[in-house]
Amino acid sequence: MVEIEKGTSLLRKMEISVAEAEKRTGKNTVNMQEIYTVYLIETRPVDALTEGITPDSLWRRYSEFELLRNYLLVTYPFVVVAPLPEKRAEIVWHKLSADNMDPDFVERRRVGLENFLLRVASHPVLCNDNIFYIFLTEVRNHLLIFNLSVFFLQADSRLKAVNAAFRVKNPDGRFTELKHYSDELQTVLSQLLRVRARVADRLYGVYKVHGNYGRVFSEWSAIEKEMGDGLQSAGHHMDAYAASVDDILEEEEHYADQLKEYLFYTDALRAVCRKHELTQFELEMVALDLACKKQQKEELVTGTVRTFSLKGMTSKLFGQETAEQREAKLQVLEQQLEEGEEAVKEKNTESDEFVKTAWVDIERFKDQKDRDLKEALISYAVMQISMCKKGIQVWTNAKECFNKM
Amino acid sequence: MSRTIDDVVSPTQTNTIPADISGQMLDLDEDDDFEVFSKDSTLADGSMFNASMQTSPGSMVNQCKFEEDEDGDSKDIFITVDNPESHVTAIETFITYRVLTKTTRSEFDNSEYEVRRRYQDFHWLKGKLEEAHSTLIVHPLPEKFVVKGMVERFNGDFIETRRKALHKFLNRIADHPILSCSEDFKVFLSAQAWELTTYKKQGPGFLSRMGETVRAVANSVRGVKNRPEEFTAIQEYVEDFSNKISSLDKVTQRIVKEQKEYLEELKEYGPTYTLWSGSEEELAEQLKGVAGCIERCCQETEEQVGHLSDTLVPVLHEYVLCAETLKAVLRRRDNIQAEFEAKNEALATKKVDRDAESSDLGFVWGSLLGKNPEEARHQRQERLDGEIEELKVEIDKLEDRVEWANNALKGDWVRWQRSMRGDLKSAFLSTAEKNVDYYEKCLAVWETFLLSQRTEPSEETDRDNTS
Repeated sequence: MVEIEKGTSLLRKMEISVAEAEKRTGKNTVNMQEIYTVYLIETRPVDALTEGITPDSLWRRYSEFELLRNYLLVTYPFVVVAPLPEKRAEIVWHKLSADNMDPDFVERRRVGLENFLLRVASHPVLCNDNIFYIFLTEVRNHLLIFNLSVFFLQADSRLKAVNAAFRVKNPDGRFTELKHYSDELQTVLSQLLRVRARVADRLYGVYKVHGNYGRVFSEWSAIEKEMGDGLQSAGHHMDAYAASVDDILEEEEHYADQLKEYLFYTDALRAVCRKHELTQFELEMVALDLACKKQQKEELVTGTVRTFSLKGMTSKLFGQETAEQREAKLQVLEQQLEEGEEAVKEKNTESDEFVKTAWVDIERFKDQKDRDLKEALISYAVMQISMCKKGIQVWTNAKECFNKM
Repeated sequence: MSRTIDDVVSPTQTNTIPADISGQMLDLDEDDDFEVFSKDSTLADGSMFNASMQTSPGSMVNQCKFEEDEDGDSKDIFITVDNPESHVTAIETFITYRVLTKTTRSEFDNSEYEVRRRYQDFHWLKGKLEEAHSTLIVHPLPEKFVVKGMVERFNGDFIETRRKALHKFLNRIADHPILSCSEDFKVFLSAQAWELTTYKKQGPGFLSRMGETVRAVANSVRGVKNRPEEFTAIQEYVEDFSNKISSLDKVTQRIVKEQKEYLEELKEYGPTYTLWSGSEEELAEQLKGVAGCIERCCQETEEQVGHLSDTLVPVLHEYVLCAETLKAVLRRRDNIQAEFEAKNEALATKKVDRDAESSDLGFVWGSLLGKNPEEARHQRQERLDGEIEELKVEIDKLEDRVEWANNALKGDWVRWQRSMRGDLKSAFLSTAEKNVDYYEKCLAVWETFLLSQRTEPSEETDRDNTS
């Protein structure tokens, strides 16, 4: 379902899949029994494909995937990191599949987790990450979990910092545009998915009511002589028609999942934009600080006070400083100025680096998105065609039966 | 002797029958289709018009005529109902419909008639036809009132649905070999409004109609004792058929409802893709393409629902009403038989009375009053004999009536079954055809879109299948 570039190093070496899902019971953090689902990650060296060598495997649960993703977000802030599938089933067309334990939901989540791993493994930067490799292969992962949790706690505060509101004076226009785009995309995809779910619901209703035709035709055929056969067989076709909607809508769920992935991608896009804003903000703060210091030096040198300050007031009231005091202050300021210049240079470099690497990944993401969604829309058209063909077949058959009435 | 329901042929007492009937009767003799039955409506001797004609050997031949009548070639009367108009008076507002008749039948003075009729008039006609032919199956009228929701009587869709049903009603009568010869039918088609009003006022008065109703109720309470097996079979069939057709009616209406709700959602779906295309560059064209496809499918869906509502729903509904008509016809036949049976029982009782040794109170009184017992008994015997003779005559007539009613029903039953099969088959066929057409059109829409997107369809399909 996903177009993965096989060119990246990791996937050339190994095959990755999330093969199964199982239920486990255990005690959670507050010592209560809970049921949760674990997923089997299988990896296998590529060249061993034909030899029937059993793959390495380990079980992981959803929360561990979350840990991994947060780690990646924090460690590679310039990367648009692929999203995880939904934690809880939210936009559903059929109320029944809103349950986390529902087998269809679990299955779709399995596919989504596999998709996530493949996305990461095919990313030119992320695929080389060591922690990712350990996630895929290391069974004795208690230490890993501990390290990751500590790391995550630290990362969490950094993430929070990133999410905090602040004002940036000169953000890069492209990032502002990107943020708007991701907001728009989020809005429109949410709406699209919601409407699609409602349409699916209604379609289900239409098809299923036709099942009643099947029942009544069958009953009616029992009391008719000449019409009996025609009615009876028409009834069977009506039953077939009613039953066909289940497969049709199941297929459409895959399409919805593809759209959902990109809905969740918008969060990752926004995260990159915010990271840019943060670095930009830090740069601006540092530059502002430098400018302040320069100003102070100037005032000190020329003796004029251009800005209001307590120092200025007190010196006016209590007299000017001595020349020695001034000299000392100047030296401190000079030192600070030097450090300040360094800091600005560093931040500038950091910011430039970030913008450069981020924009490379954003272009990569855009290409991937255009390709994937193009495919998705085509597959949607194919689904519609298949549905129409089935409809033609059923009603043509029914017509034959009615003819025999 | 009181008149039974079937004796009522009020038309013979009006002035709308051409003076010279003999010529007409000659014509009709040459015309196969109307050999005997048309004589019903043109006989001057209304009270003696009765079943005896129909049970003659000749009538057996005419039973066969039911089948020959079905081909359209012999159709010589064409009726349309159209042009509804609203009329406002001080008391009420009502709708009239134009009834246009074109015919070559000789009992009509002209070959074309144009009159305006309101629902009440149709209702009157149906009543008259059922009165005159109580065991024939008269096609149902659309309902008087519609309870569903707050449908106004003057709502456009409602009027159109009703118009179509009224059109069908008249045409079914016109197709019927017996009913189409009814004088009431002829008057309905040809008389001007004031003429019709005058005509309607004739016929048995209110009291005698009440008497008939009371007798009908009494008969139905008494019940029929020896219903022939075939009518029991028909009744069981009608029960089942009624249930099935009601179910189908409900199912179809539910489908229409669900389909309409689906359409509503679909109408919101397409525009969302258009909205999305506004944010995209590479994908914009494709997204607009998908939006366009969905919109076109909306149009097709709208058409499909319309077709369902116009074609299948009314037919199913008609046959729901037909089922009720059939039940009424069977009841009326039973009543006719019940009356006959009752009279038979009365005859048996009277015979017993006559042959019994008297412990008759009247005889006792007679002897007390000084009448000669021998003479009293003789008088009594004579009286009873007379009554028995009268009863026998009545019973003969009733027996004929039963036989005629049964034959009429049997013939019409075959006819009804055939047209039921034809109507329902064609309605379901039409629906299936429309559905095939619907899916074919939608298929074309999506295939066109797909063609515009792909360079090599087969390659894409393979990739899709493996992902």
